Amino acid sequence: MIAWTIYVTFAGAIVLLVLPRVFARWLALLTAIAGFAIGVATFCQHDVDLAHFRTVVRVPWVPALGMNYHLALDGISLTLVLVTGIAAISAVLFSWDVTDRANEFFFWLLLVVGGSYGVFLSADLFLLFLFYELVIVPKYFLIAIFGSTNKEYGAMKLTLYSFFGGALVFLGIIAIYVTGGSLDLNQLAQFQFTPQLQSWAFPILFLGFAVLAGIWPLHTWAPTGHVAAPTAGSMLLAGIVMKLGAYAGLRVAMNLFPQGFQMWRTTIAVLAVVGIVYAAAVALRQRDLKFVIGYSSVSHMGFVLLGFATANVFGVSGAVLQMFSHGVIGALLFAVAGRMIYRRTRTRELDALSGMNLSRALPFAAFTFVVASAASMGIPGFSGFAAEITILIGAWKSYPLAVWITGAGMVLVAAFTLRALKRSFFDVDLANTAAAPPEMEPITIPEKLGAGLLMFATLAVGLYPKLLLDRIQPAVEAMRFLK
Amino acid sequence: MSYLELLKLAAPEAIVVVIALAVLTVGLTSTRAKALCPIVAAIGTAVAIGAVLMLPPHANLFGGMLVISPLNSLFKIICLVLALVTVPLASSEKSLRNPGEYIAVLLLGAVGLMLLVGSEEFLMIFIGLELLGLSLYVMAAFDKSDVRSAEAGLKYFLFGSTASAFTLFGISFVYGMAGTTALAAIGQKLAAGPVQPLLAVGIVMTLIGFAFKIAAAPFHLWAPDAYQGAPIPSAAFIASGSKVASFVVLGKIVLIGFAPARGSADWHAMLAGWSPMLAVLAALSILLGNFVALAQANVRRLLAYSAVAHGGYTLLGIIAGGRDGFSATLFYTSIYAVTLVGAFAVVGVVRRESGGDDLQNFAGLAGRSPLLAASMSIFLLSLAGLPPLAGFFGKFYLFSAAFRAGGNHGLLWLVALALFGSFVSLYYYLIVLKVIFVDQRSSSTPQPDQSNAGAARTSDFNVSTSLDLFSRITVTVLAAAVLFLGLMPQTLAARILASLP
Repeated sequence: MIAWTIYVTFAGAIVLLVLPRVFARWLALLTAIAGFAIGVATFCQHDVDLAHFRTVVRVPWVPALGMNYHLALDGISLTLVLVTGIAAISAVLFSWDVTDRANEFFFWLLLVVGGSYGVFLSADLFLLFLFYELVIVPKYFLIAIFGSTNKEYGAMKLTLYSFFGGALVFLGIIAIYVTGGSLDLNQLAQFQFTPQLQSWAFPILFLGFAVLAGIWPLHTWAPTGHVAAPTAGSMLLAGIVMKLGAYAGLRVAMNLFPQGFQMWRTTIAVLAVVGIVYAAAVALRQRDLKFVIGYSSVSHMGFVLLGFATANVFGVSGAVLQMFSHGVIGALLFAVAGRMIYRRTRTRELDALSGMNLSRALPFAAFTFVVASAASMGIPGFSGFAAEITILIGAWKSYPLAVWITGAGMVLVAAFTLRALKRSFFDVDLANTAAAPPEMEPITIPEKLGAGLLMFATLAVGLYPKLLLDRIQPAVEAMRFLK
Repeated sequence: MSYLELLKLAAPEAIVVVIALAVLTVGLTSTRAKALCPIVAAIGTAVAIGAVLMLPPHANLFGGMLVISPLNSLFKIICLVLALVTVPLASSEKSLRNPGEYIAVLLLGAVGLMLLVGSEEFLMIFIGLELLGLSLYVMAAFDKSDVRSAEAGLKYFLFGSTASAFTLFGISFVYGMAGTTALAAIGQKLAAGPVQPLLAVGIVMTLIGFAFKIAAAPFHLWAPDAYQGAPIPSAAFIASGSKVASFVVLGKIVLIGFAPARGSADWHAMLAGWSPMLAVLAALSILLGNFVALAQANVRRLLAYSAVAHGGYTLLGIIAGGRDGFSATLFYTSIYAVTLVGAFAVVGVVRRESGGDDLQNFAGLAGRSPLLAASMSIFLLSLAGLPPLAGFFGKFYLFSAAFRAGGNHGLLWLVALALFGSFVSLYYYLIVLKVIFVDQRSSSTPQPDQSNAGAARTSDFNVSTSLDLFSRITVTVLAAAVLFLGLMPQTLAARILASLP
């Protein structure tokens, strides 16, 4: 049934092209909800084996070259399918006011969502790569047509970085295909690649995927891309697209090349820690609110990579949980900055915002931003805490030094988050408290719904992480590099 | 061997020649009959395709002069289809004053393609090459109202005839050394002894002629001017049909005829032979084509330089050799041809609407004609190798074949170079798409630019839009084909694989 997430989303995208414009956003919302509902329904089924990457659909596609249309599901995929659904719904809700070329906008948006579902469910390497690359071009158009600040530059940079990663991945996949003689991920996971091949193919493949996950020093596309993108675009970028790279790195590079992974995992850990600290430090100096959030995304994705590098069940499960958590929190932060604030004030400059007394003008936005910031800082009770603490426990076993440095980095995260929070909402001029708050369009119902959904998700997982961890951990334990 | 039997086996070629003459006659009878020419040509081509399907699966006449095999028949059909989709473009093009003559020459070019594809013997290949070449020279220079067209024709002719001379010179050496002109026999003769210097000269000379045909760097200099100056249908035909047939023949020559003189293009073990030579051509084409294309402001020139790069990718399969490599090359060149005809058709419509084919003429195309814009993005993204389009699968097939070939992944350097090239190429394709989808047409530009000599559509504007209908239908069909071949590559790839021994 889970396969229908892909079909429904692509069908919705195609129908959008022929539908009159007034229905565009409704159809997009309906499609996104349908995708999410299918994910939730699968989540609630108890007879699904989530510990192994079980085949859902398998149809011969290009038998001459051994390609199959092959979808499979385990706990990791399901978690990411869920976050895709959540991010998709809220992204549609937060672009409720798009009227210019609305059909086209939602068409590109649904292509990104559908392609992401495809990546998370593919069990055939060629199919996975097809969906992976399918996401690139819609992102370009979404940003270049509908974006703001320096949009053409941001869109092109993001696309070229993605495609550069894609070219590396392409080479790695060809190497796997030719030497392993198959494209089936489950079959390949049994195949013993020579150490010599693993030693060079693993870094190529992993780096190619990690570009999209925002690995330092190839992360620079992320802040510019996030800033240039329309709100829904940033939400999808932070919420889903960065996860594509991390997920594929785990599923393909690490799982197929365990020895290559062992050779390179210290390098990955170093890059991850540098990324966490560096991005947090850079975020501390930003003037544009979206840049702050953009760098915070890079910092949070550093945790995912650190979790991978630990190569133990705790670290990797935590990394998967962090993917979910950051997908929700990142989307929420961008929603506040890009839609709730920017649409009303027409500025994202922290200096300009600090004089506006926004906490009184937009109390709901202030509330949402406080929740999002708390979750982002890793306050207990929110998903960010659950994920990061799991990663750090895992990291303690492998790289104690990394935990110390990361701990210091988390102080920086708290610092820049609090700074952004204070400057944007709570810089109240005490001498002037009597002045009426500026007149602003009130927060609309779609915005409240979208924000409510995201806040609910981060709280639910934060208070009861077992909900997801119970499904993630068995799937992680089945991975080959742990044995 | 009776003449009747010969006629039976050469029926498709004969039909196309007869149709070409018929179109010529129809075009001469009266001005009103001109509209009939494309219809007659289309029906005739369809009949010829039917005749190819009726051919027996295997036959070999006169020591390889006319070979009928599943592979040859398949590519005769592909060449005829490419001619068929070029015909509607020609009918929309108003600058071609005599559509009858033009279409007749086009059909004669198609006969050249069929002879080229259907022969495994040097003399016949050369005759096919010349017949094709002469038709293309005429087609390139056909627009008498445009000086660029004349320039395109002349350049193409001068370079082309020089290259033909090289090829003939090379063939004469090979004949001198091997004592035969049939490819299979040459292959056996060469296998008997070591490769002698004179033979090496012959091989190099022969290949130079083909490098010119496929516009591989550094023999690509004619391509930008021909692609930019020639009338749109001619440029499309040069870029598609001529390329497909050249790759088929080049593959046969080197893989059958020169098989013993192969050498090795592996990174660690370079060995003299044709494969290192082709590898160098491929590497040069990929680098030069992609980097020069970055700087182009004219879409047709951009397509020309990207064609140089694609020629380089396509060579990878031949260098890899074997059944796998050759079928990858054939698949790639076929889908490339389909894509490029489509892209040229879009350029043609835009040129008639806005009076030029520079980048800025495409500005705001998405608003004016969503269908054309969508089709163009399908073509360009397929060229860039993005899924789910045919070019993506084509590249995967091609590069994995090249990676597999050679000892210890010796061709890895070429594969990495090609991937780097396709990474670079995405930038300029995206620039075109950016102009189409993002930029707005500046209001100061007048609607049709009357001063442009090439677009001689001073008459009724409505007539040209109704004529464009054929072009638009062709564009849509081709875009659908590119999408279909991307989703279901099996339909073509399995056929090509099955037709190779």
